[in-house]
Order: sequence, then C-alpha cells, then structure tokens
Amino acid sequence: MDHIYLDNAATTPMSDEVVATMMDQMQHDFGNASSVHAFGRKARAVLDDSRHVIANSIHAKDDEIVFTAGGTESNNTVWMQTATVRRDLGRRIITTAIEHESIMKTANWLAHNGYDVVYLPVNEEGSINLDDLKAALTDDTILVSIMTGNNEVGSTMPIHEIGELLQDHQAWFHTDAVQAYGLLDIDVNRDHIDLLSTSAHKINGPKQMGFLFRREGIDFPSFMKGGDQEDKRRAGTENIPAIAGFATAVTALTADEKAHRQAKYASFKQYVVDGLTKAGVDFEINGSLRPDNLQHVLNLWIKGVENDVTLTNLDLAGVAVSAGSACTAGSLDPSHVLVAMFGKDNPRVMQSIRLSFGRYTTTADLDSFINALTAMTQRLNASANEQEAN
Amino acid sequence: MIYFDNSATTKVAPSVLETYQKVSEQIWGNPSSLHNFGEQADHLLEQSRQQIADLLGVNLSEILFTSGGTEGDNWVVKGTAMEKRAFGRHIITSSVEHPAVHNSMEQLAQLGYEITYLPVDEEGRVSAADVAAAIRPDTILVSVMAVNNEVGSIQPLLEIADVLKDKPTIHFHIDAVQGIGKGIPELIFNDRVDFITFSGHKFHAPRGIGFIYARAGKRLAPLMTGGGQERNLRSGTENLPAIAGMARALRLMLENESDNVANERAVRQRILDHVKDFPKVTLFSQPNDHFAPHILCFAIEGVRGETIVHAFEDHDIYISTTSACSSKKHLASSTLTAMKVPEQVSTSAVRVSLDENNTLAEADTFNDVFDQLYEQFKKINS
Repeated sequence: MDHIYLDNAATTPMSDEVVATMMDQMQHDFGNASSVHAFGRKARAVLDDSRHVIANSIHAKDDEIVFTAGGTESNNTVWMQTATVRRDLGRRIITTAIEHESIMKTANWLAHNGYDVVYLPVNEEGSINLDDLKAALTDDTILVSIMTGNNEVGSTMPIHEIGELLQDHQAWFHTDAVQAYGLLDIDVNRDHIDLLSTSAHKINGPKQMGFLFRREGIDFPSFMKGGDQEDKRRAGTENIPAIAGFATAVTALTADEKAHRQAKYASFKQYVVDGLTKAGVDFEINGSLRPDNLQHVLNLWIKGVENDVTLTNLDLAGVAVSAGSACTAGSLDPSHVLVAMFGKDNPRVMQSIRLSFGRYTTTADLDSFINALTAMTQRLNASANEQEAN
Repeated sequence: MIYFDNSATTKVAPSVLETYQKVSEQIWGNPSSLHNFGEQADHLLEQSRQQIADLLGVNLSEILFTSGGTEGDNWVVKGTAMEKRAFGRHIITSSVEHPAVHNSMEQLAQLGYEITYLPVDEEGRVSAADVAAAIRPDTILVSVMAVNNEVGSIQPLLEIADVLKDKPTIHFHIDAVQGIGKGIPELIFNDRVDFITFSGHKFHAPRGIGFIYARAGKRLAPLMTGGGQERNLRSGTENLPAIAGMARALRLMLENESDNVANERAVRQRILDHVKDFPKVTLFSQPNDHFAPHILCFAIEGVRGETIVHAFEDHDIYISTTSACSSKKHLASSTLTAMKVPEQVSTSAVRVSLDENNTLAEADTFNDVFDQLYEQFKKINS
C-alpha cells in the first residue's frame, strides 16, 4: 500500500538537494568552525555563506541570525532569556492562547514563577483582535510573543500592526514563524519584528536545526552556555552540515516559489472542500478559507466522528493526517487551539482533524484522502442506520 | 593529509552516513505522529535508544537525546539547580571543566548559587579528598569531567563516587564527551553516577546530536519545554537520522574499543617518545594511566601555539591549540592555568588528538615535520 502523507505541518521529508548538500558536507568538509586550521576556516566559510542566504530571506543582517537546534530551542531561548534579563523592567508578557507548546509550556512555567502572562483570546477564525492586545499592553510589559501563523488551523495574526503598535514601546516583539516561514514573505524591518523563530524541518530541511533572528541591540545572554560559538549567543559546536542543508532548503524558497505554493495549497484546500461536499460528508472548516491564511493547513470538523476513529480509519487506508499538532498527538487531550476558538464543550474539539500540504503533495493524494474519508463516513452512517432499524 | 584534531570533531563514519541518508529518505516522519509515518519513526527511535542502552549496559529509559554535549551539560547542571533549589544552592565542580559546564556554573552563580571550583594537581586532576572536604549539607550537585579535553587527564571518578556513596541526595554528573570509547567504561558507569553527558560528533556520529544518561529515579527539570518529547524531559522534534546514525557510530566504536585504545596509545607514545627529549618541549600529558590514550598536549617554549598549528598545517597536518572552543580567543588555556602552568608556557601549548584511524606511519611523519619545525623555530628565536 502506498502511504499518502498529508501531515506536513508536523514534519516534511528532506528534499534531495538538501540531503545531497548535507552528505557532501559530512563527507568532505567536516571541520570544527572554531578551529584555526584550514578545515576550520572552510567550515567557517560555509557557515558564513549559509548565514547570509538565511539573513536575506527575512531581510535581516547576517549577524542578526543565530543558529539553534530548532523551533523549540529558539522559542525557549526568547522567553527564558527575556524574562531573566528584563525582570527589572517588568513582569508582564503578552502572548496568545493558541501558541505552539514550546511557548505555552514555557509561559506556564514563568507564570508559576512570578511573571504575569496574558494569553490573548482568539475568534472563531483563530486570530486575535488588536484591541485586546492594546488593552493588555501595560508600561511594564517586557515581551509580546505572537505567532505569525497557527500550526493547527493556519490562521495568521496581524503581525505588521502589532509591530507598529510596539514600535515605541519597551516590549520586545517576538513572533514564532515556524509554520509561516516557508510560505509568507517575511520582512523583519517592515513589520518591526525584534525576535523571530524558525525551524528547518518544516521546510524540507533537517531536524534539530533552526534559527533565531535577534535584532541588533536586543541583548541577552546565551541560553546554552559554553564555547563562544555564534558570537557568544549560542554555545555548542556548529552543526554545519545541517546549517548548509537549511540554507539549501531556504534557497529553494524564493518569493515567487512561496507565492506559488500559497496559491497551489489554496487550490488544494478548495479541492478537498469541494470533494467532500460533493461526496456528502458532513463537515465544517475550523477557521476560514481567508486568502491571507497559511494555505498549507486545513482543519476539518468531521461531525459526529471522534478524531481517534477518523485517524485510525485513515491510517488503515494509508492516509496520514493528524489531530492537532504532532507534539500533542500522543495524548488524547483536546487541542488547546480549538478550545480557544470554540470553547472546551464544543464537540468540534474532539472531532476534528488537520490536513497539511507540502512540496510533494499531489491532487491524487487529495483524492485518496477524500475517498477514504467518504468511505469511512458512509460506513459509519450505514451501521448507525442499521442500529436504528434494529 | 593527517588529521590529529579529533577532540575538536571527528569525521562521520561512512556507514553512519549511509544510515543517515537512508533514514532521511525513508523514515522521515515525526515520531510523535500517530499515523504510519510516525509509528515507523517512533519504532526506529526506540530501537536506537535500546541499542545505545544495550551497548552501555543501562536501561532504555535512562537514555535521553539532546542536540549535543553543550546541551547535555547545560541541562544536567541547570536542570539539577532548578529541580533541587528548595534543598540547596551549593555545587561542586573542578576548575578544568569544559566551558559548557563552567559557564553554566557561572550563570548559576549570578542567580545566587554557590559554586566551589576544586583545584587540580600538575596532572590536571582533582582529589577525592577535596571533594569530600567541600561537601556541605546544602550541596546538590558534584559535576566532574571524565577526561579533560585539553590535556587528556582522567579524573578520579571511582574515588569521587566513593565519597558520594552515603550522600544519595547529591547528584553526581560526569561529562564524558571526551571519555567514551577510551577504555575507561568502569570509571564512567560507576555505581554512584547519576548523569552522564555524551556528544555524537566526537565519535564519528553527525553534529548536533548527543545524549545523556539519567539514572532511573533521579529527577532533572527540563531545559527545553514544549511538545513533551523524551518523556516530557526534552522537547523538540527528534532528529532521527542523526540518532540512528549515532547508535551505529557508538556500536562501531565500542565493539573495537580495546583495539582502538591500543592503537591510539601506541601512536601517542610514538610522538611522545620523540618530542619529550627536546629541551624546549614541555609535556602536559603523561604516559601513565592518569591520562586518556588519545590526547597529547605539549608546548614548545617561545613559540605561540597558533604559530605551531599553522606551521604543521603547511605540511598538511592538522592539530590544534588546546581546545577548539578557546582557540579563537588567543587566550591561555584554562586547564593549563588551573594546572599552574605559567602563561608564557601555556600560550605555547598545542594539542594532538587521535582517533582509531590514525597510524604509526602518521606519527612518524608528524615527528619528521616536528624536527624541521623545531629547527626553524630555534633559528627564529635565537
């Protein structure tokens, strides 16, 4: 059985060119960039070139990019280090109720340790209201951390407006762009972003690799202590093969390519919605089909079917989707994102699944999904009718 | 080309690369996902963990993956401090630790913890008696490296374990980044140790991967919070190709450990025997069982370490100043300073670090080049 992968928000396969870059690096250029000899200098050059490619991708300066072990580390770094270094300026941190777990868990920890964390609510489309942010913003707010786009429903936040609002405020503006980085045109200057997190494995790059954009002048000590790597901002021998692989993945994502993917994934969404409607599946979209959303994520309420039933049926049919994010998938707790959008008592929070598209997704994959889901709902309806008849 | 800088980093083994590529292409799912892609990935993740646990003779649940040695050290030091802050704020460590431990300690000092840095003798070793004398009722952690990365001395880990035997509430951490596969497993995996740090790229696994051993029942606050991977102790999507590669690299290294060690010791001895009689040479690594087989640190009086490194490089031989981490700073080695080596000598130090692939023939070439360079340096300095 061919397996169909519609879970690209969880992780993506590395592209052939990324694997080739990394294999080449590991075979030939294996020096430690901190070494003074030729191996070290060669490694340093690869590091510098990769940093330049990546800085350009968000209109940042090279020395504003710090490589990390991924999105989780970047997010943890921002929250823990900002809280520590700015505690004399205030204790308020503003975020949303639908951030990724790497922020939610860190926020909860800080909330239990003397910080005043405000979680902004979201509407049924999964976005925040700027007025809520204005109301929550106090003089002693030290950090506003709001994701660019959500990983479960694909909603986007008014990043540009938030950036403008905070321009003359002491609060640093952080955005978790892990899901948005491969699809949206990100400009840290246009949007007045101070700190930004990304992850390579969401864009066909390697796992445990990402970067943190840290605007010049934003100063906090390294989260990881040790050697002086990354200009003393992140200790640990640089993972040059993964960094070079990341840069290769970023190179493929030109502005045109990103716009092309957004358009393609938007048409995929419509295709799935039309297909399911035609097949008579009883469903609703969680969130919206707004054109400014992240188009690779489609979250569906399959009415009357618990998500573990749907996931199991689809998996048996060879179609991989998820309920909520991969990180919380192991548990059967309701998605905190859907709870924030609809309330914990709404049946949707336990009856929804997430599809997410990627570079290798085809309409044939979508057909497989539509057919498998239709077959399942028809089978369930038939057995329900049978029971009723008996 | 002769690569004698294996303590800085090692080349990924060809079969490890194969594993890496295969996993990248075939089992690239997220292990937390419930579907088939995720299950396959999770299966391989746990298989790799089991393989590592079996190789080391520990339990599956005692192996936790990290992004490398720096993270492992940061995690154990700061995670212990956070976990045990209600019980005490005193920590004991040596004055020759890797910066990943040392700078984590400095950070804790700023947060109100008290750190005792134990002195070392002329071999770079702490004494267990000093550990015993430093222990207080509020001591929560003793953190000592297995093998020093600059001079190669092995710390008296069994004696320290003995001191801590009747102090079960103190976490005992060993940074074994330079100590794995060097013929001293019984020192590292002693009965008393609670946490051990390992780094993959020091034993032919890829960069950006490592693991810690955490004794069952010993608690550590997470450094990285989020999706709850690694039993809720270390969040972040698992780097499966690197993890599977590391399991393989560890097996390759450990199945030939005694041969590897014998080879490294012989190569090191060949160089040591040659250079030790030159009047301007000072040896910091000794040919006794207080030192690991793969590291040789020495100084040529009157020549800066960097100059020596570049001179060897011109002959296609790659060595380093005392550690890659400190080599860019043009500073005296911290280990040598702790060993009370005067600065004018320690700034002349270089490190030769070997792996199992180095040969006696390479040592002979090195020795020949050494003779030439020594003569050149003598002329310049006279």
